[in-house]
Amino acid sequence: MGSEESELDCNDTIERLYHYLDGELTDERRSEIREHLDECSPCLGAFDFESDLRKVISNRCKDHVPESLRQRVHDAISEEERRQASGQSN
Amino acid sequence: MVQRMADRGRFTELTMPHMQALYTAALRMTRNPADAEDLVQETFLKAYRAFDRYEDGTNIRAWLYKILTNTFINSYRAAKRRPEKADVEDVEDLYLYHRIGDLQASGAGRSAEDEVFDHFTDDEVKNAIESLPEAFRIAVLLADVEGFSYKEIAEITEVPIGTVMSRIHRGRKALQKALLDFAVARGLVGSAEAGH
Repeated sequence: MGSEESELDCNDTIERLYHYLDGELTDERRSEIREHLDECSPCLGAFDFESDLRKVISNRCKDHVPESLRQRVHDAISEEERRQASGQSN
Repeated sequence: MVQRMADRGRFTELTMPHMQALYTAALRMTRNPADAEDLVQETFLKAYRAFDRYEDGTNIRAWLYKILTNTFINSYRAAKRRPEKADVEDVEDLYLYHRIGDLQASGAGRSAEDEVFDHFTDDEVKNAIESLPEAFRIAVLLADVEGFSYKEIAEITEVPIGTVMSRIHRGRKALQKALLDFAVARGLVGSAEAGH
């Protein structure tokens, strides 16, 4: 890969913000973004904000599995296992 | 034709660690615990029946989510009584950041962001996701809560990757709008009008 010297401006950087946070950029693009963020605190602020928000969303969305559901799944699979076993012996 | 018995021990070992995440996703999809439990049970049962078709070493998590998502779309969407919008309101990029960023600029400092984040309750974040129309909700859920790549989400939801990216992008903006509405309603931040 020929590495073109391409300085990203703020618009280019913000445009790639989500692709960056989603891990969907090439290493080359990532390092270009990081170079820009090292020197641009407004863009860094936006990146940090979005990154923190992502963590908040993911951390606040945890639900506890009811024990009754674990039991139901276990029972349903046992039932299916029996069904398959009897199908096999016929 | 003799049906091959699935290896239950192996199945349990590989799939059960994902139950909590699948249940969480099922709750966001169906928006009610009874349907979510049915959906999870059906997902595990289908996965068990299809386990001989699961290729060892491939991504079991993506495989389970694909079954979950397909089952939801095929069984639960049809039964849904509440009609919903199929689209989201378009808001600018960095919507929430610009609103909360205004607070920081006005001297409240970086802690303004943390403060707002800290004050969101679990239910508010869950409700904000659940307020999104289905296609956007599933895309944002798979990306932001479950951390799947665009390519994996395209495979799970069986839509082109460009569509996935567009749904995630627009869904996130709508999610930020919903979160800001909660923050304004609770007085955590001023309304947009009041802030200017």
